[in-house]
Amino acid sequence: MSDRGRIIIGLVVFLGLITFPIWYNSAAGTDSAAPELQKAKGEECIYPVDYMRDNHMDVLMEWRDEVVRNGNRVLKVGGKTYEMSLTTTCIGCHTEKAEFCDKCHDYAAVTPYCWDCHVDPSGAALVEARVHRTSALTGEGGE
Amino acid sequence: MSMDRKSFLKITGCAVAGAIAGNKLAGIDVEAQDGSAAAYPDAKTAKRWGMVIDTRKCLKAEGCDKCMAACHEVHNVPEVPTKEHEVKWIWKESYEHAFAKETEYPNEELEQLDVLVFCNHCDEPPCVRVCPTQATWKRDSDGIVMMDWHRCIGCRYCVAACPYGSRSFNWSDPRAHLDETNLNYPTRTKGVVEKCTFCDERLAKGLMPACVEACPEGAMVFGDLSDPNSEVRQLIREQRTERRKPELGTKPEVFYIL
Repeated sequence: MSDRGRIIIGLVVFLGLITFPIWYNSAAGTDSAAPELQKAKGEECIYPVDYMRDNHMDVLMEWRDEVVRNGNRVLKVGGKTYEMSLTTTCIGCHTEKAEFCDKCHDYAAVTPYCWDCHVDPSGAALVEARVHRTSALTGEGGE
Repeated sequence: MSMDRKSFLKITGCAVAGAIAGNKLAGIDVEAQDGSAAAYPDAKTAKRWGMVIDTRKCLKAEGCDKCMAACHEVHNVPEVPTKEHEVKWIWKESYEHAFAKETEYPNEELEQLDVLVFCNHCDEPPCVRVCPTQATWKRDSDGIVMMDWHRCIGCRYCVAACPYGSRSFNWSDPRAHLDETNLNYPTRTKGVVEKCTFCDERLAKGLMPACVEACPEGAMVFGDLSDPNSEVRQLIREQRTERRKPELGTKPEVFYIL
């Protein structure tokens, strides 16, 4: 077993490399806890919170199809009536897209494209677009 | 433990049936979350929406563009400075271009005319036939040729198929060319085709199309073509009307009194 020393060194290096993300993140103080989201304005969500947490994307897809394809714009749930609209109904309670949608989507590393077209009423996206426009007009930004 | 084939099949069969039934029951739970979807109670409905444009009333005031301004403002239509990249839902076209008529004996008065043009919401829409994703389709309930920007993949077959030039493609980010944004209507994104939708979102809330509402002369009349007593049908009955390029068989539902 004359190679014992080399094998042990190799193993230590291997373990060090493979666990790099873990100790790097703990050294950098990165927190893996789920982000604190903005508290909603309303008292209760259309569906139970747990259901929404798991299925909000499917709910939005269903709303999209109902509104665009079937022309149905209102939803009756448990005696209450809601407009099936991301930008009025959802954002009506979860008022800050950046503090609600974006925070969790960033954490989960997903990039839905809802807001490529739908207008964030808080206006951050439009300010960005105007900056882009100015740079396009002055010939700086590529278009 | 020994088991003959018969009892093995029985037990497996029961287990599969049980699993399916279990899933079904669990499924009902999820569906109960859905609630029921409906249209607005005061939505404007028709069997066949259509429009009559009285060009004699249109453009009475020099350079009036109230309908165009209203439409483009309501729908966040970008104002792209480059002519070949422009996006438009409703605009003015010369009589010659709008109706593509050639004659050796011209009618000077008509040749001077600017005609208001937009999507004709054809009864036989060629754009719908060529769309590979059904992002554009003719609505069964009222004949509006709709756009679903979620589904548009930007192939531009519809742009090529439309004989009226009613469709615009977003070559650049439209948000970069919007001064004011209507927060209640989406913008589009780069790579998507757009056009007039007869204001389906306004009809759904019981409002008339934005252009019709904005016209100070009442030159645009919007109504149900399937109803023989509607104002549009009265006008078509009493006046001589023309449609754009009827020889193509697209059956446009926008009529012009010239």
